[in-house]
Amino acid sequence: METQELIKIASQVRRDIVRMVAAVSSGHPGGSLGCADFITTLYFDTMKHNPSSFDMDGMGDDLFFLSNGHISPVWYSVLARNGYFPVAELATFRKLSTRLQGHPSTDHNLPGIRMASGSLGQGLSCGIGAAETKKLNQDKGIVYTLHGDGELQEGQIWEAAIYAAARGIDNLIATIDCNGRQIDGDLEDVISLGNLTQKWQAFGWEVLEMDGHNINEIKKTLATAKEMVGKGKPIVIIMTTEMGQGVDYMMGTHKWHGSAPNEEQLQMALEQLDETLGDY
Amino acid sequence: MSETINIDIEVLGKKDTRSGFGEGLLEIGRKNKDVVALCADLTGSLKMNAFESEFPERFFQIGIAEANMMGIAAGMTIGGKIPFTGTFANFSTGRVYDQIRQSIAYSQKNVKICASHAGLTLGEDGATHQILEDIGMMKMLPNMTVIVPADFNQTKQATMAIADHNGPVYLRFGRPSVPIFIKPDAKFQIGKADKIIEGDDVTIIACGHLVWKSIEAAKELALQGISAEVINMHTIKPLDEKAVLESVAKTGCVVTAEEHMIHGGLGDSIAQLLSRTVPTPQEYVGVNDEFGESGTPNELMTKYGIDTRNVVESALKVIQRK
Repeated sequence: METQELIKIASQVRRDIVRMVAAVSSGHPGGSLGCADFITTLYFDTMKHNPSSFDMDGMGDDLFFLSNGHISPVWYSVLARNGYFPVAELATFRKLSTRLQGHPSTDHNLPGIRMASGSLGQGLSCGIGAAETKKLNQDKGIVYTLHGDGELQEGQIWEAAIYAAARGIDNLIATIDCNGRQIDGDLEDVISLGNLTQKWQAFGWEVLEMDGHNINEIKKTLATAKEMVGKGKPIVIIMTTEMGQGVDYMMGTHKWHGSAPNEEQLQMALEQLDETLGDY
Repeated sequence: MSETINIDIEVLGKKDTRSGFGEGLLEIGRKNKDVVALCADLTGSLKMNAFESEFPERFFQIGIAEANMMGIAAGMTIGGKIPFTGTFANFSTGRVYDQIRQSIAYSQKNVKICASHAGLTLGEDGATHQILEDIGMMKMLPNMTVIVPADFNQTKQATMAIADHNGPVYLRFGRPSVPIFIKPDAKFQIGKADKIIEGDDVTIIACGHLVWKSIEAAKELALQGISAEVINMHTIKPLDEKAVLESVAKTGCVVTAEEHMIHGGLGDSIAQLLSRTVPTPQEYVGVNDEFGESGTPNELMTKYGIDTRNVVESALKVIQRK
């Protein structure tokens, strides 16, 4: 898809995000806004998938696992805008009996979701499992996962990192959303991860880096990653982003990790984001 | 009370239940190509070697990383595989509770969590490894089926049966060699209790190798002219409520016996059922809110009160409470 089209979709996704969290005065806008360009590009340009006939097994399809489940608003918006379920359903986010649970769930049969997430650190293992099954099934689909940088403080991530390299899980492309912030503040202040590129390289992964807000660069990097598939090593993309990207007062701070804007703040945000596809 | 009681249960041999798991896994692996096995560096202890040798492409050595194992197992179900995970009961549950909760139970994944070395009878390794809380943890999870088979044959049968059941299962077995009394060709049905001995005076409901202890207890009680009914409640969840209610309607009292904490185990499930239907005097054979220690399995069962003698004493006591 043309980059200009992807930029337009990402703008609408950002409008969806702030409207969804504002409507229920809860949710996680900061990380969601930061990953809007990446998830939009992944679903509208990179992945081979079938929004109109979703099934759990996804045979032949590429699969995506959102390990940092708290940024559910961006995923729900992209899934809806991609045709997995009606866009109008975004209005039910976090409300009683919704399929759009605060954190993603398979319990309510929302098309597009294959694994619950929210308790951090589990999605890389799940992605590896799905990738192992694709290998057994001689299925050429690729497994994509997304993780927060703060999430890498969980030990299970590194158990999974060891396994994937040791077993040559080369049909897996993990992306780390490096916005440098987490609930308690800047990641460097909470607990530093050191040099992530060197860490993943030392764990035996192919490491790529990209600017998570430059859609041309996202497209190019994902294309490079896909070329590395099947060559014996798992692939990780270190993606630099800005938490709250697209809404000026949400950027440069960790404050909007898990806080929703009030009505006045919502209007300020919407003034900065073009309505390109029509609000739900 | 009955005048003459004849209890004739044939002992077919003696073997560890984990070996039943190993044989069952191999056999179901031959029948069902979607069965895959994962192990966290305890292949020999779990008796998974035969499966590994015959199906190396379907065996996944994860290393000492149980959380990762549970996540990989959950992911492997996507695309139709039926993963059986193998490690000790402690590392199958307490160590990875959140992974099971989110990625397996809540996500409704078709993973079979197979747990050996449960309870005190793991023996000399001591309390760090002797988990007595696992049944409770697992039965509290929505979507989870919990099975504790009684002997080698039943563990083999249950291992094969759970492959055909769609949904997460916790299968618990152990290390020590225990008497075999279930016929090798018996049909295992999840959620359907086995009545081992018919009786009128007291119902004894047990799981795991405490079923055999309960049979021994019934024999001792028979010598005192007491007719005990012994039920093998191999499936703790979903509970065979009908079997319990029919039996206590006849006997009017119940003893539960398990190698587990009294809090949260089989007895707890029975008590909840009875308290909301027909409140019934009940005595518990189980571990009472304490950690185990090093010792031989027999020494530990005696010290912690989960032996034949304890079943007999509990039966005598509960009959007095009728």
